[in-house]
Amino acid sequence: MTEPTSRPSLFERIRARLAPNEMPSDDRGRMRMVVDSLILHLHPTKVIVTSMNWTYSWGLGGLAAMLMAILALTGVVLQNNYTPAAPQAYLDILEINSNVWFGELIRNLHHWSANLLIVVAVLHLIRVFVTGAYRPPRELNWLIGVAMLLLTLGANFTGYLLPWDQLAFWAITVGTSILSYVPLVGGWLSQLILGGPEVGANTLLNFYAMHISLIPLAIFGLMSYHFWRVRKDGGLTLPKSVDQVEEPKPERVTTIPHLVRRELIFALGWFAVLLIFAMFVPAPLEGIANPDVSPNPAKAPWYFMGLQELLLHFHPLVGAIVLPGLAVLAIFLLPFFDINLNSVGIYFRSRRGRSMTLLAMGLALAAAPLWVVLDEFVLNWSAWLPTWDTLLSNGLIPLAVIFIPLILLDEWTVKTFHADTEERVLFIATFLFTAFVVLTIVGIFFRGPGMSLYWPWAMPAAH
Amino acid sequence: MTDTPLEPTRRDFLKIAWAFFGGLALVETAGVFIAYLQPRLAEGEFGSVISAGLVDDFPPNSVTHISNGRFYVVRLGDGGFMAVYHRCTHLGCTVPWDPAAQKFVCPCHNSQFDQQGTVENPPAPRPLDLFGVSIENGEVKVDTGDLRQRQSFESAQVVYP
Ligand code: HEM
Ligand code: HEM
Ligand code: FES
Repeated sequence: MTEPTSRPSLFERIRARLAPNEMPSDDRGRMRMVVDSLILHLHPTKVIVTSMNWTYSWGLGGLAAMLMAILALTGVVLQNNYTPAAPQAYLDILEINSNVWFGELIRNLHHWSANLLIVVAVLHLIRVFVTGAYRPPRELNWLIGVAMLLLTLGANFTGYLLPWDQLAFWAITVGTSILSYVPLVGGWLSQLILGGPEVGANTLLNFYAMHISLIPLAIFGLMSYHFWRVRKDGGLTLPKSVDQVEEPKPERVTTIPHLVRRELIFALGWFAVLLIFAMFVPAPLEGIANPDVSPNPAKAPWYFMGLQELLLHFHPLVGAIVLPGLAVLAIFLLPFFDINLNSVGIYFRSRRGRSMTLLAMGLALAAAPLWVVLDEFVLNWSAWLPTWDTLLSNGLIPLAVIFIPLILLDEWTVKTFHADTEERVLFIATFLFTAFVVLTIVGIFFRGPGMSLYWPWAMPAAH
Repeated sequence: MTDTPLEPTRRDFLKIAWAFFGGLALVETAGVFIAYLQPRLAEGEFGSVISAGLVDDFPPNSVTHISNGRFYVVRLGDGGFMAVYHRCTHLGCTVPWDPAAQKFVCPCHNSQFDQQGTVENPPAPRPLDLFGVSIENGEVKVDTGDLRQRQSFESAQVVYP
């Protein structure tokens, strides 16, 4: 029998199990601590110094992960005061906003984190793209990332309906109607998702179920996979300056304190920003959903405003299904036809790549608004070709009118700049993405009643 | 060297059988889930037969909104009836009737339809959808479960009392 006096007290033993006595003072101890901890072991025991440069990754992946955590936490507590039934859902939101302790703050946090997450995930994608960080061996992580981005959009879209106000009802009506243009199975698909012929009580329940179970489950599963792959692929790609030929030197320091300290400061800073924003800027809420009256204008959620703009110019099959489908496919395939490993870690590939990026942005900033205005006031294919099917006159012909100059532009960059594959991919992607951002801005700020164009400062009030 | 048998061995046969029945089980499971998720429609709600009113309630050349049925009763100048779904065929907004212009004008993307629901102004790709109308004992009944898409107006779409 051991001496009872030599044993620490019960309290002491519990405390020692939960938290170590003191921070380890040597590198061995610090590395041991990373390996032993469930949360910290997402990290390697040592990290390469330059991979932590703020101005390389901008911490965007970490910020996205933090927003996911905030969404899960606030979402779970919102469920305690929310009933997914019409019209109770709307009344519950009013109740959350007025009668629940910190209810409005929690709702605002959920709302703004969800919207910020889209911006952050897209910026993270852009960072990965322009530094060429999706090239072998990181193709799989790019694919996982794209899947997470699509799921994030799905979470935002299903969440958008939940407050059951006019904004929600009509955005989801317009958004889901797009589905009915899918060839062959469209009608069936939209019935399945709506749970009936139009948005109603069944839709609310369907969306709620998706929003709180399937989608978050998939996102958090993929996120674990994403983090694990970052480690498997040997950590982040390392930054290189534009004329650097030799590979960057992998000088390492211990994760504790160097990486963990940065992460904590970064997370704390952003959380403060979010909290202050959520305290002062309320999430929008309009009148209760009324299926008899569509507001004018009835707009999609802001992140689908670019798509909505395409719909105004193209036959729905082309604008809402063919074009976005091609875009997603191209994004998925990107890592497989752009594989030059020499420029990994260099922002915009090369000096030539940098000029071409600027040029592509400039061209798109000029061309996209011009096209919107021309198509609104001058081009009218369906009136010029009255006997043609609208799928041709309003779909394939304008599509050709856009794609032919794009192909010519691509050939021109090869002739003039002697651009190689990676620079051509950069050029075309920059052009298309900038054009899409312009369309989104037009949709948000320049479309008014009847979806006509207005200057933002002369915008009539919605009615 | 052994010569390979031409007929599949017992092992090959079992492999194929396992793969076949395993695949079948997967397809069946998927079928169960898809069937489970089919919309459920309740009696007496939108989707059932709705009484819009008496024939004489609707003067010729009139358009009347029946809100709980989501449709307009359109009585043409010649006394014929049509039940026009109030949902825009473009992207699903509710289309109000503009009595001054004698048109349906969609607030969302400005599609316009005449009294019979045919497109006067795109982007709507086809006329407003119809529901089946029957007239029994002077009462106008509309079957909101009987949705009819159409490409143009035809006289067969009109029901006379
Ligand atoms: C990627 C993750 C998520 C995103 C992008 C997201 C997005 C959204 C959005 C945009 C809304 C509408 C908020 C509003 O305007 O009022 C919403 C509402 C809601 N979400 Fe989420 N959400 C996510 C995760 C979750 C999770 C994990 C849960 C719970 C398990 C949840 C539960 C809810 C509830 C109960 C509402 C209704 C309350 C309300 O509308 O304020 N969400 N979500
Ligand atoms: C939506 C939630 C996402 C989360 C939470 C997330 C998280 C992260 C984190 C924490 C990192 C390491 C640090 C960093 O680069 O900032 C990372 C790296 C990476 N992510 Fe994501 N990510 C998300 C979306 C995406 C998307 C949309 C893509 C691309 C389509 C993507 C592709 C990658 C790639 C390729 C890397 C490795 C980058 C390198 O080695 O330089 N991720 N992600
Ligand atoms: S929904 Fe009616 S015009 Fe678009």
